Amino acid sequence: MTHYLLAMYQPQDGIPEPEVLDGVMRRLAEVTDEMRAADAFVLSAGLHPASTATVVRSDAPLGVAPVEFLMSDGPFAEVKEQLGGFWLIDAPDLDAALGWARRIVAITSLPIEVRPAAGLVT
Amino acid sequence: MLDPRDEVAVVFREHHGRVVAVLARVLGDLGLAEEAVQDAYLAALRTWPERGVPPSPAGWILTTARRGAVDRWRRERRGRDKQDEAARLRGPALGSDPVEDLLDAPDIADDQLRLLFTCCHPALSLPARVALTLRLIGGLTTTEIARALLVTEPTMAARLTRAKAKIRDAGIAYRVPTADELPERLPAVLAVVYLIFTEGHRSTAGADLVRADLCTEAIRLSRHLVGLLPDEPEVRGLLALELLTEARRPARTEPDGRPVALPEQDRRLWDRNLLAEGRATLDEARRSGVAGPYRLQAEIAAVHADAPTAPETDWPRIVALYDALLALTPSPVVRLNRAVAVAEARGPEQGLAALEGVELAGYRPWHVARAELLHRAGRTSEAIEEFRLALDCAGSEPESAMLRETLARVVG
Repeated sequence: MTHYLLAMYQPQDGIPEPEVLDGVMRRLAEVTDEMRAADAFVLSAGLHPASTATVVRSDAPLGVAPVEFLMSDGPFAEVKEQLGGFWLIDAPDLDAALGWARRIVAITSLPIEVRPAAGLVT
Repeated sequence: MLDPRDEVAVVFREHHGRVVAVLARVLGDLGLAEEAVQDAYLAALRTWPERGVPPSPAGWILTTARRGAVDRWRRERRGRDKQDEAARLRGPALGSDPVEDLLDAPDIADDQLRLLFTCCHPALSLPARVALTLRLIGGLTTTEIARALLVTEPTMAARLTRAKAKIRDAGIAYRVPTADELPERLPAVLAVVYLIFTEGHRSTAGADLVRADLCTEAIRLSRHLVGLLPDEPEVRGLLALELLTEARRPARTEPDGRPVALPEQDRRLWDRNLLAEGRATLDEARRSGVAGPYRLQAEIAAVHADAPTAPETDWPRIVALYDALLALTPSPVVRLNRAVAVAEARGPEQGLAALEGVELAGYRPWHVARAELLHRAGRTSEAIEEFRLALDCAGSEPESAMLRETLARVVG
């Protein structure tokens, strides 16, 4: 079994009307329940808009203790589509993970990046 | 008489796909299987030239590779975790089946399909799929693939490494798609094989001979696929298309390497055997009643093959076939080809009308088609302008030379 991150990318404008969004959220909750039933679910989160993000960084190279930290208004990268939410799942292979991703794409019509985890600490 | 080292290469290329396919199943690790076959190749280079090619080369390769894989696995495993003594002694799940059983079992077809569908998984980029297929199934070396696909050897090596790492790390399953997945997965495989073919087909002569080998390789893969998936009509459609196209190769270039367009080709030079096999394969593909894109393109190639001379070509039938193809794959290139057929069937003005709305600026065949139709319609100054645009596009040098000659004639 491999752990996969299903990262959902969404445009920062054009959020659907509340009644549409409610339907989407309800159907996503159903998929999450199915993931649980299939022992595939690890965790998931929906995120506030990328405009609420803050980036922390330092100039110190790896292995050197930073003297000062820099804080800036996020997101990290200024791109049209930002991470909007994610699932962490456990699947036997990529095809199974892609199958879950399709379910979410069918509901949200948003692109999902499926990425294997190299290791998982819980 | 073949150089003994070349003979080793030829034998390995012949058996590579089969042996890697079996070994990957037995070891459960594609990367390890490929490395082990590579080790066996080096061993063969040391011993075969002296002792001769063994009676069952595939059996020899599999035995040697399997033994080598155990050594390699133990070595790497030992480095990684010394504590896990039990796992180290157990070794990979090799099974004890004699190699003859492994190679003759009915499972071998499944093994080979597994390998093919893994190399052509849609999660991999098309260039990566092409490279993996040529390397693992075709048994071509990284150097050969790099030369054939016109990229540098380090680029190709990096592409292969990255693709194999993705298969391993992303958990691309080593399995044959289920019956209901097949309609979605098969086109990805056929696209890879056809891309290998067209890469080779675009080559002409001389220095490009390595690339022409790609056609042979694609036909070999397609024949193989027909054997593995005999009930899939599009597989036969693809093979028929390749055979009917490849049959024209001897007439496609002048001895000096300049390309000869289809209407000017000396049809006596077309390869009769390939044409016959192509027609027979197309007949088999027709039996299913399904006309997919590859079969339709093969049908078009067959209309050309059936015409004793260029003027006798059944252009109305070709237009009808392009209409059907356009309904399945509405691409600008198909519309361009259809317009050329329309011009032959109904005159250059009709052809130009069919080109309206097909916007392929910068694509040389589009400008050439427009230029020739304008010229035939007597619109000389527009034709000259269009020929110049065609010459500004990227294209092979022999083709450019031919275009300059045509332009000079039109300017008169």
